[in-house]
Amino acid sequence: MKKEPVKVKEANAEIRVGNFQEVVQGYSEEEALLEASRCLQCKNPLCSSGCPVGIDIKKFIFHITQKDYQAAYLTIKEKNNFPSICGRVCPAEYQCRKACILTKKGSPFASEQAINIHFLERFVGDFGKNNNLDVPQDNQEKVSQFKVAVVGSGPAGLCCAGELARKGVKVDIFESLHKTGGVLRYGIPPFRLPWDVLDFETNYLKKLGVNFNTNFLVGKAKTLKELFSQGYAKIFLGLGAGVPSFLGIKGENLCNIYSVNEFLTRVNLMSAYKFPEFHTPVNIGKNVLIVGGGNTAMDSARVALRLQKINGLPLNTTVIYRRTEMEMPARRLEIEHAREEGIKFEFLVQPKEFIGDEKGFVKKLICLRSKLGEPDSSGRRRPVIIEGSEFEIDCDLSVIAVGLKANQILINATPELKTDKYSDLIVDPESMESSIKGVFAGGDIVGGEGTVIEAMGMAKKAAKAIIGELTRKGE
Amino acid sequence: MKIINKKLINDVGGVKITQLDIISPDIASKALPGQFVMLMASEKGERIPLTLVNADKDKGVVSLIFQEAGFTTKSLGKLNPGDTLYSLVGPLGHPTEIKKFGKVILVGGGVGIAEILPVARALKEAGNHIVTILGSRNKDLLILEDELKSASDQVYIMTDDGSYGRKGFTTDMLKELLSKDKYDLIYSVGPIPMMKRVALVSKEYNTKTLVSLNALMVDATGMCGCCRVTVSGEVKFSCVDGPDFDGHGVDWDELEKRNKVYSLQEKHICNLFPAL
Repeated sequence: MKKEPVKVKEANAEIRVGNFQEVVQGYSEEEALLEASRCLQCKNPLCSSGCPVGIDIKKFIFHITQKDYQAAYLTIKEKNNFPSICGRVCPAEYQCRKACILTKKGSPFASEQAINIHFLERFVGDFGKNNNLDVPQDNQEKVSQFKVAVVGSGPAGLCCAGELARKGVKVDIFESLHKTGGVLRYGIPPFRLPWDVLDFETNYLKKLGVNFNTNFLVGKAKTLKELFSQGYAKIFLGLGAGVPSFLGIKGENLCNIYSVNEFLTRVNLMSAYKFPEFHTPVNIGKNVLIVGGGNTAMDSARVALRLQKINGLPLNTTVIYRRTEMEMPARRLEIEHAREEGIKFEFLVQPKEFIGDEKGFVKKLICLRSKLGEPDSSGRRRPVIIEGSEFEIDCDLSVIAVGLKANQILINATPELKTDKYSDLIVDPESMESSIKGVFAGGDIVGGEGTVIEAMGMAKKAAKAIIGELTRKGE
Repeated sequence: MKIINKKLINDVGGVKITQLDIISPDIASKALPGQFVMLMASEKGERIPLTLVNADKDKGVVSLIFQEAGFTTKSLGKLNPGDTLYSLVGPLGHPTEIKKFGKVILVGGGVGIAEILPVARALKEAGNHIVTILGSRNKDLLILEDELKSASDQVYIMTDDGSYGRKGFTTDMLKELLSKDKYDLIYSVGPIPMMKRVALVSKEYNTKTLVSLNALMVDATGMCGCCRVTVSGEVKFSCVDGPDFDGHGVDWDELEKRNKVYSLQEKHICNLFPAL
């Protein structure tokens, strides 16, 4: 008999909107065993081809069925440094699960029947975390005499640092914010990625000897040249894509119109949801409009909803998106969670102009309806405005979540760093080396806005190239 | 990030202006006039920008001057030598353009006077003729008069009540100077209404005017857009595009409104902790 997918336990939607605790509860051992037993252990597995870092998925799932969780952990760790993080934030339905043989052919994302690889990964990652499993250090004398500077402590920087430190390289991470984690800390809300998970991974790096320098903005406090002259043999740039895009429409600078980064940074990094215990404020809207269809749109919508609930307001947060649900780049799970929590959706709607009150606060959004036309360069059908479809929506707080661009401070301070037309760094695709010799890069600063696991994939490539060069140098 | 010196510059009539000298060799070695830092007074604190008033490269010490206005500056004022800031990052923003312009007028109001000091010194050193106009409500509230006198060729003082210098606004004096002589640059820091008036006056005389804007910020590295201002019809981020902008292009009304976006929370948190 065909076994049904094992549903993962989730916090009750009505209760969870009143707090910032984790929504997905993860599999118990029994559930993990049951789900793992659904895996067909294909002779030629497709799933790994869908993983940006090529985890041996078949093998780690097999280890789960044998209850050898340590072996499963080490299998994942061979390719992915942060299974507890990726098991929570990877868009598996577009990656490994979509490639799974149980997904219907031609489906735009994973079928429900596909193995819940991400939940299994998380189970294994959390097992490792809860049992303090360490991956043995593979100290290589030839490289241990060198030190490398890693700029940025987001997914790419952490991953590269981990890879290098495991081989014995001395690594100093430079982070401009006061806390480590980059987008994992300021962007992803704790109800998706609890801080103890992130702290576990950074603590593991500390155990490996990685040194964290927070409050340090490379490009301002030190140039790349100065880092080299301080004795760093190589530099890795994981600068991230943090520059928010705006719509460029009238009224967008009215008060209570936030970029998604500002809104999430205030609430996540600065804990504004605990104001006044924490001193950073954030405004709470009665009629909140989120503009966009990606993960940050889902995150900010669910944050806004929680702020309404915590402050005793009726729940009224709406996502407006110019295409349809099908084209939304957000993880399907987040769309589902958002809907369960009471987020409303308005599809095929384009913002035209924000209208403010006399004090300069937003009070309305004028919108236009659109329909889907021909596919554009992204392959998604382009929204076409319907003439004369103008209408108004009440709005006293809005979050603009329409994309992020490469961080520019270090790039502007370093003219020798070559960039493409999106201002992303140009690198050698094999070594991830930039236009400056000895300076490598990975993550969103290279590929534009991508996923955590893609950033890690690039960071691993760079680390491999760095180790290779240092090994030759050390001989 | 350790505070090594604290100086109460002013404490009259409920106006408290404090200078903190803080150990930060990395920032001190790079800081240029016009740049700022972001800091947090405590772990639960807010991130606020403050202009670097002085940077002693040899000692590795930076100096900040602030008026206790809101909750965070009040918390900051409670810190003492030996205490450590929770966070301090910098130097941020573009430095002020320093070169020989010729004849320059500096207009400082309130605690903004502290922020024109490093610019005055640098412009003077670059060979400019410096005329400084300082404005304050009254004699007691005027700060850094001696320091600015030594960094300027001429200093005019304007007080609202006439208790010192001349009675009137800084812009009254500015108008007088501009009507008599031609100047090459005006640089102004102070309350928004003052900078707005400075820009209005100098526009009449078609004199290049730079202002240092004090927009609200969170990360101050270009990632949040909280500090966005409209300058000559374009949206700019004060933190990475500024903080200096062409005063004639700034949408002052928008900036003034945006800076009040959290005034209710500010009142609330200050009421909660009346001891501050």
